[in-house]
Amino acid sequence: MRMAVQTVKLSFQIRGSDFVNAGEASSNTKKALSRIGLNPSVVKRAAIAMYEAELNAMIHAGGGQADVEIFPDHVVIQIADRGPGIPDVDLAMQAGWSTAPDIAREMGFGAGMGLPNIKKHADDMRIETIVGQGTTITIHILFA
Amino acid sequence: MSIHHSVQLNRSLCVGCTNCIKRCPTEAIRVRNGKAKIADERCIDCGECIRACPHHAKSAVMDEFSALDQYAYTVALAAPSLYAQFGTPATRVMVLAALGNAGFDDVFEVAVGAEIFSRHASIWLHDALKKGKRPLISSACPVVVRLIQMKYPNLIDHLLPFDAPMEISARLAREQAREKTGLPDEQIGVFFISPCPAKRTAVVSPISSDNSYVDGVIAVSEAYPLILARLEKLESHQVASFANRHLAGSSGVRWGYSGGEALSLDTERYLAVDGIHNVIAILEEVENERLKDIDFIEANSCTGGCIGGPLTVANRFSGKSRQRGYIMAARDLARKHPGAIYPAGQVQIDPWKKELEPNEALKLDKDIFKALQKYEQMEKITADLPGLDCGACGAPDCEALAEDIVRGEASETFCIFKLKERLRLVAAQMSELEQEMNRHLEDDEEESDEAGEAVQ
Repeated sequence: MRMAVQTVKLSFQIRGSDFVNAGEASSNTKKALSRIGLNPSVVKRAAIAMYEAELNAMIHAGGGQADVEIFPDHVVIQIADRGPGIPDVDLAMQAGWSTAPDIAREMGFGAGMGLPNIKKHADDMRIETIVGQGTTITIHILFA
Repeated sequence: MSIHHSVQLNRSLCVGCTNCIKRCPTEAIRVRNGKAKIADERCIDCGECIRACPHHAKSAVMDEFSALDQYAYTVALAAPSLYAQFGTPATRVMVLAALGNAGFDDVFEVAVGAEIFSRHASIWLHDALKKGKRPLISSACPVVVRLIQMKYPNLIDHLLPFDAPMEISARLAREQAREKTGLPDEQIGVFFISPCPAKRTAVVSPISSDNSYVDGVIAVSEAYPLILARLEKLESHQVASFANRHLAGSSGVRWGYSGGEALSLDTERYLAVDGIHNVIAILEEVENERLKDIDFIEANSCTGGCIGGPLTVANRFSGKSRQRGYIMAARDLARKHPGAIYPAGQVQIDPWKKELEPNEALKLDKDIFKALQKYEQMEKITADLPGLDCGACGAPDCEALAEDIVRGEASETFCIFKLKERLRLVAAQMSELEQEMNRHLEDDEEESDEAGEAVQ
């Protein structure tokens, strides 16, 4: 029989178009990861990748849900929304490509670096998206 | 590694209130048994608790003037923020002369070290930007450096790797004193007149080297009355004796308040942040790579910069206004007598030899399995606490109490609401027991009545 491994689960609601509290979920996750004592560079990668995904949900999808599970050797971050979906994932992965509304761009968001930046900081990133139904981004960050 | 701290508690004055625990940026203070207790490994000597305590139970342990007696020859180092303590008609030379008269054989300006620091910082910044490394963060405020070691270890290599202006000036003052007197190092005492306790900590437990060039650190507030008294009695020949010595230029003098340091660097893309809680907010942004358009960050723990230090006397707003006067005068001097300005360009300094270590005081456990368990437990306890963050338990908020419980340093009943709940429960159980006991007694009485009847 395998011993049950203790994990830590965190979950957060992401409110749509809430620019004032943007990044709260990733900031709280970052706090938890550093409290647990993970390597600072791991904490940083997780925080940046999650922040980008969280902002995507906030700006494009009217909000969503963030679920984080911390294992002894990796962390899984899942951001799910019921937004418009991404019609062309390959295009969205290109740096600089953006569909952010003007209000977001005026505040310095939506430079089209979101998805590429997640990919850069994550060890693995998966996008499940259905146009008209929503997007779920799953990010894996390994500790070693 | 344990370091000496200059911020200390006077137990007899502490009433065990919540003012300091709420303001401490690293949650280093707890009230236990009615008295505050500072955790050494978490304290960064910012002095926020000194400011927050209405009972003056927190103070800075600094050196006193009597320490000068141990040396054959003494030099005072004047911080840029010292000048701003004195308004017109005082001039920089007058303040320096009066400081010397307060018991020192010589004086030296930290503003000189500041100019040397800036020159090296400029070169370092130029190279860093070429490598795409930004933003660089100033290391001049020792509180910010210790904060980064504890909360933002990712940013250690963003720090400018040079000793602070105080150390640079101390080295020069010492060399000058040695040449002038021929005395050995141990007979020369170099004293920094400081606006903050963190500078003394940086001298006793240096950040990046084994030894400091400074022998003692005296509070500005301690030197203030002595300087003031001597300013009034200053004679013209005492001021004149400064005529043929070098003074720092305006770019060193303006270090006294927030933003003054950044102006000396060759970039418009700088950010000057002051006040420890604001500094934390900015460092958070830097760590999350959201300030990549900024080249340089000047961060000062005290609001307003050094003139807002907890050991200063003048109000920081009037101080800032006065500082402008000193800066203008320094500019005038440089224009009229360029030769009077210290040739800072000729002094070389080396980058730090020792790499800064992260401080892991905030970690829950070294073992990741245990840390996960503790975190999970902490979350559960936090959810179960009232969430009022009242501080009555002695921890700054409910989450901090949960952490203390998980670390084995507190128990749930430290929370007065939890204690009340427990008491109510125990009271209910006791009244239940009492009723049960009464029932038993009644039964016993009935039994003995029956027995009595049988005998009859």
